[in-house]
Parts: sequence; C-alpha cells; structure tokens
Amino acid sequence: MGHTGVEGEVEAVWRIESARLVAALTRMVGDVGLAEEFAQDALVSALEKWPEEGVPRKPGAWLTTVARRRVLDRWRRDERFRLRMVELGREIAERDGRAEFDAVLEEDYGDDLLKLMFVCCHPVLPTRARVALTLRLLGGLTTDEIARAFLVPESTVAQRVVRAKRRLADEGVRFEVPAGPDRDARLSDVLEVLYLVFNEGYTATSGERWLRPELSEEAMRLGRVLAELLPEEPEVHGLLALMELQASRFRARVGPDGEPVPLAEQDRSRWDRLLINRGLAGLRRSLPSDPAQPRGVYSLQAGIAAKHAVAHRPEDTDWHGIAALYEALVRRTGSPVIELNRAVAVSMALGPGAALGIVDALLGAKALNDYHLLPAVRADLLERLGRTEEARAEYERAAGLTRNERERALLLERARR
Amino acid sequence: MRYLMSIMSTPETEARDWEPAPEVYEAMGAYNEEMARAGVLLTGEGLTPTAEGAEVIFRDGEATVVDGPFTEAKEFIGGYWVIQVSSHAEAVEWAKRCPHPPKGDPTEMKLQLRRIGEIEDMEGMSEELKEREWNLRAQQENLNG
Repeated sequence: MGHTGVEGEVEAVWRIESARLVAALTRMVGDVGLAEEFAQDALVSALEKWPEEGVPRKPGAWLTTVARRRVLDRWRRDERFRLRMVELGREIAERDGRAEFDAVLEEDYGDDLLKLMFVCCHPVLPTRARVALTLRLLGGLTTDEIARAFLVPESTVAQRVVRAKRRLADEGVRFEVPAGPDRDARLSDVLEVLYLVFNEGYTATSGERWLRPELSEEAMRLGRVLAELLPEEPEVHGLLALMELQASRFRARVGPDGEPVPLAEQDRSRWDRLLINRGLAGLRRSLPSDPAQPRGVYSLQAGIAAKHAVAHRPEDTDWHGIAALYEALVRRTGSPVIELNRAVAVSMALGPGAALGIVDALLGAKALNDYHLLPAVRADLLERLGRTEEARAEYERAAGLTRNERERALLLERARR
Repeated sequence: MRYLMSIMSTPETEARDWEPAPEVYEAMGAYNEEMARAGVLLTGEGLTPTAEGAEVIFRDGEATVVDGPFTEAKEFIGGYWVIQVSSHAEAVEWAKRCPHPPKGDPTEMKLQLRRIGEIEDMEGMSEELKEREWNLRAQQENLNG
C-alpha cells in the first residue's frame, strides 16, 4: 500500500468505512452481494473524483451519499429490484424511500455491523468462504490481499466470494442477529472464524510472510469491534484476550540469530506489556458474572496464556493453576490433545510420575494415533523417571511420526542420549 | 502495524490552569469511541503540562535534573494514542479525524505519527529465519498454551 497519494488515501478511507457502508446497504437492500456492489460503485466514484476534486472532509459521508444515490436510482429504474424489496418484506418499498434510507444510514450502525458479522460467518457457507467473506466485507481487504495471505490464486478467492454471496442469497439467509439458543451457536461460529484468521497469521506455513502478521492483527481488530458490539458476551472477551496474550509473545520468540526460542527460554522483558495488560483486562471480563456458570473455552485458554504472561520467571509459573484450567477445558471439549497438554502441566506441577498415568491412559485414543507429541511427551516423562530404554523407544517413535525435519533431528538426538 | 500518535502541546495547554472546555472533552471522547468501535485503539492517555514534569540531562557522565516547565512548549507531547492500523495512510486518515480548531480559528494544532517497531523491523534477521520463526509458533502454542 502506498504511503502517499490520493490512491493511498482512498484505500485508507475504504478500510475504515467499508464495513459499515456495506452493513448499512445490506440492511437497505437485503442482500450482501448487492450491497457490496453498491459500495464498490461508490469506491470507484471516489477513485475517479477525488484525484481531481481532492479528498472530501468527510469521506465516509461522501461514500455513503454516493451509494445511497445509486440504490435510489436503481430502485426507480428497476421494477425487478423494487419487487425484490417487497419480496424481502421490506416495508421501505411501500414508503418514501429516501426518508427511510436516510434514517437507516444515520442510525447507530453497530447493529448492522453485528448482523453483517453473523451473515459472513453463516453455517450454510464452507469455512474457507466464511473466512474470505469476513476479510473482504468486514476487513475491507481486497481479493488480491486475501489471495496473497492464503497463498491461493486471486481467481480462487474471487470465486469463493462470489459463490458465498450467491449461496447466501439462494438460501435466503436473513440479515439478522439470531435469537434464542441458535444465537450462541452462531456466535461461536463468528468467534471460530476470527480465531482461524488469527492462527493463519500466527502459524503461516510458507510463502510470503509480510501479510501474515497483518492477518493476526486483523483478527484482533475484528475481535475488538465485536467486543465493543457485544460487551456482555464473556466468550468474545475470552477470545480477544487469548489472541492478545498470544500475540504479546511475538517478539520474544526469536533469538538474536533468528533461532526460535521456546517459552521457558524467552526473554520475558521482550513480551509486549501493552498486549498483556489488554489481555489480562479482557480475561477479567471473560469470567461469567455468575461464578457457578462454567467458563467458556476461549476464556479458559486465555486463562492459561495469562498464567504464563504474569510469571516473571519460568520457575514462577503457576503450573497447578494451568493444570486445573486444562482440566476444565478437557471437561468442556473432551479433546485428547488438551488432555495431553494437561499431562504436561501436571508433570510440571507434580512431577513426571503423576503425569505418566494421564499419558498412558491416552495411548488407545484414536485421535492421537499419528500424533508425534504423544510419544514425545511420554518419552520425556520416562526419561525423567529414569526409564531410559523405554524413553529411547518413544523418542524414536515420535521422530518417525513428525513431519518437521528440525524436530525429527532433535528427537533423534534425545533418543541417543 | 502500530503507530504512536501524539498530540503536541501548545502554549495554552502548557498553562498551569489549563483545562479543556467541556465540548473539547466531548469531541475527544467521541473520537476515542469511534476508534475503539473500529477496533484500532489500543490505548491512550493525556499528559499534564510540563510544569509538572522534569528533564534529566546527561553531559560528560553527569546527570542534571531540570524541573519543568520545558522551553519550546510546542515540541512536547500533550497526549498520545497507540493505534493498530493496516497502513501508513490509514494512520494518517485517523489522525486527520482528530477534533481540531475549526476553520477561521488561527490556533495551530499538531499531531505526530511514529510507527512502532515490530518483528519485521528486526535487523540482521534473514527472511528464511523469519519464515522458520512463523512456522514454529503453532507447535509451541500447542504445548505451551
């Protein structure tokens, strides 16, 4: 993105304004695809006009006005469009359009933005489409930026977005925040998409990396937007806290020569205090107001990340607390991977003997059949218990399962000790 | 990327009895709210006049403490925000939206934008090593929480 010039300014305005513009337009026309079309039209106008006329003092209002004019033009001209509005059950089709439109656009846009989030993450869409649509309509990212972030051709992303919008229209997905029990499930769909985007930025597998941290940042930004819109939802704060606490370690994870630094060896002074403080504040807000209520999975994970964040030295880590949080997480999720994590925490809190029982109980778990960390953790516990021969066999088994060369080398080295 | 956005002090804000007018508080509040709702505001604070501060000047191994107010009142930070944005232009765009003296008011107001250093700014780290760093994150997260 350019630093200067009108084009850079238009892009910047677009990033700031596009989500609420699309959200307000969707409310008007009842269809995200159509809404985005109108919003894009306004963007094109801006690109044409602003270089000559200069960027207006209130660029967001300018874009809104242009988009509104386009919708009204189409409305007058296009009988089908008019019928569609009636079809969608919009009372506005029967009233004076303009007044209604003004009212819609000047209203508090938060509710529309929230509806747009729920639409973008709708369960009728495949996960990848949810991610693409969220980044595009809520993040204001271009198809090209999304494509580069996910290392796929631009046409793939464009197609994904087009299909997603058509699917939403075909399925008659309503522009609304669902009510009742459905709401919780849908909210967790939204959270899942944000966390997916965050992790994509965090764990990038290959390719151009410069956009990757931006994906994590975008996920955090959308998390903050959501937390402003739904301040009473503990899990929204839980997810945001989790992302901020994980991101706080970003700088410390790499040594002076670029080598990765494991948690226990990180220079904790390099942890990002601003993000830690934000994460800890978010964590407090993620606790259910009624202590008898169970904590959500994001809140629990944020709790674990926070226990690391507040330990000034590795030996100050509250492993008992971490083990308890993992236990609660296992109860919520039933995940054997989390149970394995619990075993590691228990070994730190109570020693290898206590942990070995937990790990041994996992040996039959199908989900962990090819999971190299199971034998790796078991090997470490056996080694610490002095059962060297068994440890060696487990290290070798783990080395055979991992697909990461560096890790394999490390495991084989430990097997030889 | 993150930017430190600072609002520079003026002779007015440096005055001992300076207190923003209620409408200034209100406008700033609305501005902060707008940035918070857009998910870009990470933190921000206002600073008291430099009369309440001090400068520590080192010369020839010696530290000299000079109590405020500082000279050159326009050169100092009166308040700051830390914002997270996607581009330099976006940071500038947010800065331009800061409440300011209206047309016809000759009072000058200045904001400064400084990008906060991130991992990409680390010198002497090869692209390949950065790449490896990204790769290892997931695995570490798995077992470390």
